[in-house]
Order: sequence, then structure tokens, then C-alpha cells
Amino acid sequence: MTLIDMFQYGFIQRALIAGSLIAVLCAVLGVFLVLRRLSLIGDGLAHVTFGSVALALFANVPPLAVTLAAIPLVMLSSLGILKLMERAKIFGDAAVGIVASLGIAVGVLLAGLSGGFSVDLFSYLFGNILSVSREEVILAAILFVLIIAAVSLYYYELLAVTFDEELARTSGINTGRVNTLLVLLTSLIVVLAMKVAGIMLVSSLIVLPAVTALQIATGFRTALFLAAACALLSVVGGIIASFTLNIPAGATIILLNFSLFLCAFLGRRFVRSEGG
Amino acid sequence: MSLALLSMENLVCSYEGHEVLTRITLEVAAGDYVGIVGPNGSGKSTLIRAILGLLAPDSGRVALFGVPVASFREWRRIGYLPQSMRHFNPAVPATVEEVIRLGLLPHKRFPRRVGGRSDTPAVERALEALGIGGIRHKLIGELSGGQQQRALLARAIVGRPELLILDEPTTALDPETRERFYTLLGELHRVEGTTIILVTHDTGSIGSMASRLIYVDRRIIFNGTLDDFCHSKEMTAFFGEASQHLICHRH
Repeated sequence: MTLIDMFQYGFIQRALIAGSLIAVLCAVLGVFLVLRRLSLIGDGLAHVTFGSVALALFANVPPLAVTLAAIPLVMLSSLGILKLMERAKIFGDAAVGIVASLGIAVGVLLAGLSGGFSVDLFSYLFGNILSVSREEVILAAILFVLIIAAVSLYYYELLAVTFDEELARTSGINTGRVNTLLVLLTSLIVVLAMKVAGIMLVSSLIVLPAVTALQIATGFRTALFLAAACALLSVVGGIIASFTLNIPAGATIILLNFSLFLCAFLGRRFVRSEGG
Repeated sequence: MSLALLSMENLVCSYEGHEVLTRITLEVAAGDYVGIVGPNGSGKSTLIRAILGLLAPDSGRVALFGVPVASFREWRRIGYLPQSMRHFNPAVPATVEEVIRLGLLPHKRFPRRVGGRSDTPAVERALEALGIGGIRHKLIGELSGGQQQRALLARAIVGRPELLILDEPTTALDPETRERFYTLLGELHRVEGTTIILVTHDTGSIGSMASRLIYVDRRIIFNGTLDDFCHSKEMTAFFGEASQHLICHRH
């Protein structure tokens, strides 16, 4: 079977479309999150997603409803993290830790009540991009348009807050609103990304393309495009490798992402040493 | 009578239970060039943060252009240069030009766009004024302290603010760059008519340039001209003759 034959399969097409859209979103928001030192929020919200998925499976709802049910719960949790940071004066990593452990505890409790970890719950934990449904592709496309539109509309505010939050406030920017927007968009992509990389690996999709781009970017917009390109390359390469070599897609995508990071890191060091 | 761009009445600020500023009352009028000086830990930066509404005071009132700071919205009228090393995130891969363009955000309505050609003349003017056209495409995080400071000053002045607030802007600068920096501020004040509030620990330098000197050490110790300062017996008693002489005759 040739590579062209592979692309004729519906499940491969769905995986490529949904995976690419989701990976690009993760990468773009990842640049802001990494620079704000909020990378771990992806991991924390993924843990909450685990709790939400367990709740949805406990209620025996269909697969798409599992994703839809997780969205509001994870969004609420992201606001909870923000409020803990602002009101309780807790550092970001501790706030993420509190909400993440709560999500896991709820998930484990519900899994226990429903007779242990089911195959369905495991598929969300480790992801299975090759099982993405048509409805999930449509949901990914809708959220892609919404999130890219939000980032475009608030691009300069997001950049200003990322650069210097106090300076942004003295430019008349409502930094609270920008921060809320950022964590809400992050919750959306975390829920979407659980099918691509699984709950366990979702934060890698956010962090790795961003840190790769930040190694070599020559401007902020360039960093966003580079991160998106790395994410796209990893997802497409990961799906092809997964299908042809019969290896897990999520893990392959992450390993490809890491390889790109390593290349960027070593390349930068080489260029710097050459430049004296 | 000229308009008070900044008015502050009985301001009290605390940090972790300690009173940092005690009953500060002052006014800055349009066209003033005010130097705020004082020793390390005297509350100068706290004062600036309170002026800009970045810090909620325990009591007292702060108004910008006659509007209480909490409800002040006309940020395009103010340019602010913070202590750069302490605040901005050097990991952000923003070029000097991208950073300067952010200074035009207060002039825009949603969706705010500052990347367009209509903003280019203002950006070019700021780049030229600070002599940093040659590093416009460099990442700000990779520049020297002096270059970063100039880029951030360009950001502060790109929107031609009426009031320019600078918090210890010369800390990272070498003596030559510092002199050029002060010259530029003087030109902004004289030519553009910009009102300037400059916080510094460099009492000698600012005394010769500012129209008014405010000495802060948790409270306002002195508020007047350098000449008044040098002839004030109270100041002689406060500083000691040697220190007062040093401040007054450095230039």
C-alpha cells in the first residue's frame, strides 16, 4: 500500500484534519501560556478533563456528548484556577495542583463507583486519534474558527499582557479579561486535544511546539507561526508513522514534537557558537 | 491657573502591614518637570504604582487629569516607563518595533490593531528620537540594558503622551547614555511640552533639570525648586551640610 492509498481511508482523513486543527490551536495558545509560565495549566485541566470524562461515562452518554459535557466543567475549573491565583494569592503552580488533584480524585471515585476503569476511560487517558468521528471533526473545525478569531481579535492585548502585565494595565488594557480569555480558550483546546494525545499527554501538545518555536523565533508573530508549523508537522508525521508502523499515534506525535525541539535547541546552540 | 494633571491627597500605602507612604499630598501641573528623589526603600516606586492605580492605597485620593485613578480611562494621555529589569518578560520574542507599537494600544478601540501602516510614522518618529532605528528588528530580550531602556522609552513616548512617568529609568545606563537620556527628556519637556514625573536616586542630576524637586522618605520631606532646596535651613538640618552641598553643587 502506498502513502496515497493511506489517505483514502476516511478515518485517516478525519484524524489528519482534526489532529492538525487541534495541534495548531494548542501550539498558538501554548506560546502565550509558556511565556506566562502557565504551561502546567494544560496538564491541570487535562486532569480535570479526566474527572469530567469519568462523570460522562458514569452517566453512560454517547462519545460526542462526553466531549461536550467536559467543556463547561473544564472551563469552570480554569476560572477556578484563575480565581485561586487572584483572590487567594496562591501561586499558579499551586492553584493548578489543587484543581488538578480534585479532577483526578473525582475521576477515580466515579471510575470506582462504576466498577473500575473501563476501556472507554483508558482510550481517553491515552488518546486514539484514529477513532475521531465526523462529528468530532466538525466540532474541532468550529472551535478552530472561534479560537483563532478570538486570538486574532485580542492579539495585541495578549502580546502586551504577556510582555508586561503592569505596563499593559497602564495602557488601558483590561488584563483580568485577557487572562480569563486565555484560560477559557485553553480549556477548550485541552478538551479537544484529549482525543489526539490523550489526557496524559495533552500538555505536551501545548508546551513542546511553543518551546521549539521560542528557541528560534525572530519576532512574536514568527513564534506563533513556527509553533503552528512544528505542531502540524508532528501531527501529520505522527499519524503517518502510527499507521504505517502500527505504533500509538499520541505518543508518536509527542516524540516527533520533542525531536523538533531538540533540533531547534541544538541548532540555536550551534549558530550561537559559530557566531562567537 | 494650570490644570492639575496629577493630584494626590493624604495618600497612605502599606505593604505587608508596614506603612510605606504616609499622608502624601501633592499636585503636578501641566508643563511641570518633577523629580522625585529619595533613598532606597523610601517608597518612590510605591508612589508611582499608586499614581498609576497599580496599587490600592489604604486611604487617600489620587486623580489623573481630574478623574479618580480607579475610573480613569484616558491612558493615551500617559506614557509610563517602569523599572525595565524588574517587570518585563525578556523571554518574549518581541522585536523592538513590536514593543514600540504596543505603546499605541491606548489610542485604539476594539479590536485594537497597532501593526498597520497608519501607525508607522509615529513608530518611525519614536525610533529616530531614541536613535534605535538600527535595532528595530532585534529581540528586546537580547539587547543591553541601555538599549532596552531606550526601546521602552520609545514605547512610552510613541503616542505623544501629555504626562510621562518614569521610574528610575537610568539605573541600567552608562554615564554617557544617561546624559543623552536626560537631554532627550529635556527636549520632550521643552519642545513637546510634555509634563514629566521622573523618579530617581540620582538627586544631583535631576536637581539641575527638573523644575521641581520632591524628596520622599515615606513622607514628603521637601517639595520645591532646587534653589529653595539649597537655601533651606530645614534641609540643611535634615541632610547635613555636606550632603546638601553635594546635591546642590554637583553641576
